[in-house]
Amino acid sequence: MTTDKTGTHGAVLADTGNEQDRPLVELRGAGKSYGTVRALHGVDLTVRPGRVTCVLGDNGAGKSTLIKIISGLHRHTEGEFLVDGEPVRFAGPREALDRGIAAVYQDLATVPLMPVWRNFFLGSELTKGRWPLRRLDIARMKRTADEELRAMGIVLDDLEQPVGTLSGGQRQCVAIARAVHFGARVLILDEPTAALGVKQSGVVLKYIAAARERGLGVIFITHNPHHAYMVGDHFSVLRLGTLELSADRGEVSLTELTDHMAGGAELAALKHELAQVGGVDVAALPEADDLSAPVAAPSEGKS
Amino acid sequence: MSQQAAPAVTAPPDPGPGEGGGRRGVRRPLALRLLARPEVGVLLGAAAVLVFFLIAAPSVRQGSSMATVLYQSSTIGIMALPVALLMIGGEFDLSAGVAVITSALTASMLSYQLTVNVWTGVLVALLVSLGIGALNGWMLVRTRLPSFLVTLGTFLILQGVNLAVTKQVTGNVATDDISDMDGFGQAKALFASSFGIGGVQVKITVVWWLVFAALATWVLLRTKYGNWVFAVGGNQESARAVGVPVTFTKITLFTLVGFGAWFTGMHQLFSFNTVQSGEGVGQELIYIAAAVIGGCLLTGGHGSAIGPVFGAFMFGMVNQGIVYAGWNPDWFKAFLGVMLLGAVLINLWVRRTATRR
Repeated sequence: MTTDKTGTHGAVLADTGNEQDRPLVELRGAGKSYGTVRALHGVDLTVRPGRVTCVLGDNGAGKSTLIKIISGLHRHTEGEFLVDGEPVRFAGPREALDRGIAAVYQDLATVPLMPVWRNFFLGSELTKGRWPLRRLDIARMKRTADEELRAMGIVLDDLEQPVGTLSGGQRQCVAIARAVHFGARVLILDEPTAALGVKQSGVVLKYIAAARERGLGVIFITHNPHHAYMVGDHFSVLRLGTLELSADRGEVSLTELTDHMAGGAELAALKHELAQVGGVDVAALPEADDLSAPVAAPSEGKS
Repeated sequence: MSQQAAPAVTAPPDPGPGEGGGRRGVRRPLALRLLARPEVGVLLGAAAVLVFFLIAAPSVRQGSSMATVLYQSSTIGIMALPVALLMIGGEFDLSAGVAVITSALTASMLSYQLTVNVWTGVLVALLVSLGIGALNGWMLVRTRLPSFLVTLGTFLILQGVNLAVTKQVTGNVATDDISDMDGFGQAKALFASSFGIGGVQVKITVVWWLVFAALATWVLLRTKYGNWVFAVGGNQESARAVGVPVTFTKITLFTLVGFGAWFTGMHQLFSFNTVQSGEGVGQELIYIAAAVIGGCLLTGGHGSAIGPVFGAFMFGMVNQGIVYAGWNPDWFKAFLGVMLLGAVLINLWVRRTATRR
């Protein structure tokens, strides 16, 4: 992790990075203010090919702001944002897409009333013929969509059916397959498992693993540490707009991750308050001392 | 990196037919898939209204009566088409009714006052109409206000401007007769002539109506732009996120309504030679109703261009049918209201049945 010069944690691991491991996307001390409201500050994040970077955090922790910056919907107001080592400021999602950064949003993944194949090619439609007779190449789009979906393991009989009639997991998968087909190198998944049941979540996690196998850098945003730990290579926990934890898989256990996610020290304080109320069994809850994750806060450095 | 523990999930997806995430859905029956088409409900409704009046009013069976019905339908239908596209795109335009009159007034007064060829007025009116449409769209995307508010504003402004400017210029609420001016004959041939088919005089607007409907259908279903229209109406933020030019699509949709207003305005001008400046109020709701009856979803994202053709036909049929049946025409609006509610309920039911998983 030596390329991550402003890393928020001590470089416990020896550097094993090489040229192929160059970060696709890198944030250095990045932040965003909406007027006087500072939604995000001092965030460092590195995305590498074939790695899943998990961003965890409670509601309002700044996860959405972070992905909006990376996907080009918003501009950062402080720090640096680099793609392939060059500083960038995207004017819109189109520019981010052109650089191979594709976002799949939880509720924005698809247009529910449109057929599957139209959704798959939305914004990048294939056409044939010359203007003014330039028209959609429907046969080719249907065939391609079917092939790509099958490659991801989704078999649909009727590509004309509205995407809204698919299950939540399938909709996410259509969006992921679409992003992969259109040459995404970095895939941003915003809470892809949030609204899904256990089985559907498993389906989505499999596609995240599949995307990693294909060499994509994946940013997986979630507030479920169990899902994150299933597929993640690196974990960043956001809290109140900044990084509370940034650790590789080898440095943090699921329990520690869960505790950080749940609010860590604040939760321990809550435990004492609950104990005074009485009638609540708090013995099983962790103490603040138990939270011995490798990284406490950006300023703390090594643990 | 080499020291990292292996992540738990590494399995590539299994493309097999089993539980690999693909649900081999049972193909829905043909009847249900047909019903999911937005224009099927209104087609049945239009057929029902036609059959009803063929039985109730024997004079409807004559060719000339049918030509009148189609003419009546076309005057609504030409404008209902862009209004329907706009509705599929998730917006509506309350200024569409008075914008027609604005266009006609512009062409008429400009030609008459400057004593130029009427084509000059017609072209200036086109620019004005497209400008009003683009302005509506531009204000909408800039302010992000609901189109109801933005176009309500334009509606009131145009209504006032129509009256005030006409009175100022002509000293009257109507414009002067332009039928003896240069180019009037040509323009009338284009916008307001008739031709005979099998001894029946058919107005040319019927032809334009069907040509525009065919064109709109092709654009909507077979071009990129059509795809974008569905997308910005269905889920604007999703569309933006995948790179659809949302601003461009919305503004051009409003501009198309401007084009429709121009065409309808020119038809009125060259049919009646003069324009009443206070007209047009309330017509915008008729266009919206025709689009909704035609199966367009008021909230956007679903609909067709063929549906509003049948929707406008239902209007024309009822409007003339009541007269042919010898009933009191005061009942027309009540009849329309019932038709609108009925169509909306049928569309709702159809959509629920057809898209149920």
